[in-house]
Amino acid sequence: MTVLSFYVVIPLGGAFLISLLGKRIKSSGDILANLSTFSLLVFSLYSIKLVFINKVLVYNVGGWVAPIGICMVLDGLSSFMLVTVNLVSFLVTLYSISYMERYTDKAKFYTLFMLMLAGMNGIIITGDLFNLFVFLEIASIASYALVAFGTEAEELEASFKYAVIGSVASSLILLGIAILYSYTSTLNMADISSVLSGKPQSILVNFVLVIFLTGFAIKAALVPFHAWLPDAHPSAPAPISAMLSGVLIKVLGVYAICRIFFNIIAASHKAFFILVVLGLISMIVGAFLAIAQNDIKRMFAYSSISQIGYIIFALGIGTPLAIFGGLFHLFNHAVFKSTLFLTSGAIEYSVNTRDLRKLGGLSSRLPITGYTGLLGSMSISGIPPLGGFWSKLVIIFAALQAGHFIFATIAVLVSVITLAYYLKFQSYAFFGKLDEALIKIKEVPLTMRLSMITLGLICAISGLLCVPAFKPFLQSAVSVLLSGNAYKDAVFNALIR
Amino acid sequence: MTEYILCLALFCIGLYCVLRKRNIIKIIIGLGIMEYAVNLFFVLVGYKTGGRAPILAKDQVVSNMVDPIPQALVLTSIVIGLAVTALIVAIAIRLFERYGTFDITKIRRLKG
Amino acid sequence: MKKSDKGMTLIVKTITRLTVGLILLYGIYIVLHGHISPGGGFAGGVIIALSFIHLMLAFGKEFALKKLSQAAASLLENLGALMFLGIALAGLTGGYFFLNFFINKGKPFTLFSAGIIPLCNIAICLKVGAGLFAIFAALILFDSSQENK
Repeated sequence: MTVLSFYVVIPLGGAFLISLLGKRIKSSGDILANLSTFSLLVFSLYSIKLVFINKVLVYNVGGWVAPIGICMVLDGLSSFMLVTVNLVSFLVTLYSISYMERYTDKAKFYTLFMLMLAGMNGIIITGDLFNLFVFLEIASIASYALVAFGTEAEELEASFKYAVIGSVASSLILLGIAILYSYTSTLNMADISSVLSGKPQSILVNFVLVIFLTGFAIKAALVPFHAWLPDAHPSAPAPISAMLSGVLIKVLGVYAICRIFFNIIAASHKAFFILVVLGLISMIVGAFLAIAQNDIKRMFAYSSISQIGYIIFALGIGTPLAIFGGLFHLFNHAVFKSTLFLTSGAIEYSVNTRDLRKLGGLSSRLPITGYTGLLGSMSISGIPPLGGFWSKLVIIFAALQAGHFIFATIAVLVSVITLAYYLKFQSYAFFGKLDEALIKIKEVPLTMRLSMITLGLICAISGLLCVPAFKPFLQSAVSVLLSGNAYKDAVFNALIR
Repeated sequence: MTEYILCLALFCIGLYCVLRKRNIIKIIIGLGIMEYAVNLFFVLVGYKTGGRAPILAKDQVVSNMVDPIPQALVLTSIVIGLAVTALIVAIAIRLFERYGTFDITKIRRLKG
Repeated sequence: MKKSDKGMTLIVKTITRLTVGLILLYGIYIVLHGHISPGGGFAGGVIIALSFIHLMLAFGKEFALKKLSQAAASLLENLGALMFLGIALAGLTGGYFFLNFFINKGKPFTLFSAGIIPLCNIAICLKVGAGLFAIFAALILFDSSQENK
């Protein structure tokens, strides 16, 4: 049970220890950061086992029982998100050992990184609405600072934009929490849910829902609210881009939307239809804007918007198969988008440019980067044996099954466009003739290769998650979302135990 | 009800300031106004007519106190606001160093 | 009067010299009484930081940074955070993270009560006071490096 608090304690303790020791003892930052992310990965894999045995685990912080005190809740969805986040974060810290040598202050980087990780793990594990807001702000503030980490003109501009839009979103979320508190006079998620189900349908709840949707949609960069993402994600250092695109927008946006829409306020079908529409718009707009880009990372950033659109679209449909597909795609996207961003970082590391027009023929010089880039691109554009194909297939089947024929067609077409711009990336960067100026470049250092290869392999085999042997891992997350309002009963039962 | 509407007005003033002003310092002030409007609303939610501050004193009865939870939460949110403001001000100073201007319309190297 | 070139006028400096100690003491009072009266680690920490910022405004940044350098502030900040985390982890001895594990669970109107809350207040005060001072110093130092260009 105590293990639940470790998901927050380890990264927080790591952050402050690194900031204390990092400047005094050289390479202590590398060791501490990797140790803590590795132990987090181990703990999150252990959480799968815990969820299998107990279904729902509740931990009362400080011994205060839940509606009064803050509680931490570990259920299928939390465990699934924890594995996704900590897997990516461990490989990213491994990658940062060599990559971050180009920047001056590695200790500060690791401190901010661990704070961001603490925020994300906190959001996933907490069972209290205001606590969720606090962790959300910790993760957001750390990410504003990380986007500006290079302190070049463009990075500062992107960070300022991100910080302003993000703060507006945070204000909206706090406003939503305030209104919800005034209506239910409790902050515990399960308790809010039980109070709301005892009261008659009120227009206030819909108002709160809209405010939350706006706030979290800004954090998740769904299309009408996406303006900050294409600037912020490319400006950050490559490992951070991988974290931001790979997991941060999912935890801050998608996970929070899921929790609130499905479990806390059991939203109506109309509300879910808004999600479907937002997802569709994000899908289409993101894909079309991505084609036109010549900056690698900017293209990936727009592609993130498009893929988040897929996830939200699937979650909005709301049938068991669709939710399965959405969460499956969430995992896949975390893996292949971080692979791609790390690949772009490797290209930048050895070639020193991100402009597609100046690249070409890199696969002869950077073979491993070439292969991981190819795996990532094939997976994201849905080439059959790889993970991305299966999740997209499930989403499209689910849309057909729910009777959304037009939407399913659009999803297929967007997938074709995705293939188009990843072919553009491949042909400009890795195939074709090698430029004279690029003849001397070398493959990236060992740790970077190691983390890219691992991610690439996970890309290749992540389709196995829908095989019966591994399916329960995803299925337990799906069943949490499907149970809807019954979340509160599960938490209260776990409390009594 | 009036005080809630005034909070909303304050929130809208802040939002207007963020959206419409060109000077980045004014945008930061707008963010502050928005945040304080939300904090004020949160504190007002916990108020009840004639309630006293929730501090234990010799002649205090619990039923006569205002709700202490929003006050604790607002304190947290003020601390968060402090952190955000400090960070954005630091970024603004750096931006001024790089671009030589506070005008948001002239700070636009990123596009696409 | 070479020394008085930096900072503000003599009047401000004299008043500062008289008040700054009182402000610091008041901050410490707020921290230590935080568990039984309004105040606490954050408010007290801010007041303590303000006393140093007050010095900085009146006497110039060198004087204040001699009293508390930026490196020392960042060290104190980290120690405060780690102390807070340590107190929280010490609760695990009683079985729960953040458990108020001291025997004395708090009696109203008694100074030495409330278990770990006064200790937490001290940790928060270190973190907030040193952090706020470091933020202010960072902004000030950055600004002056700008002027020199």
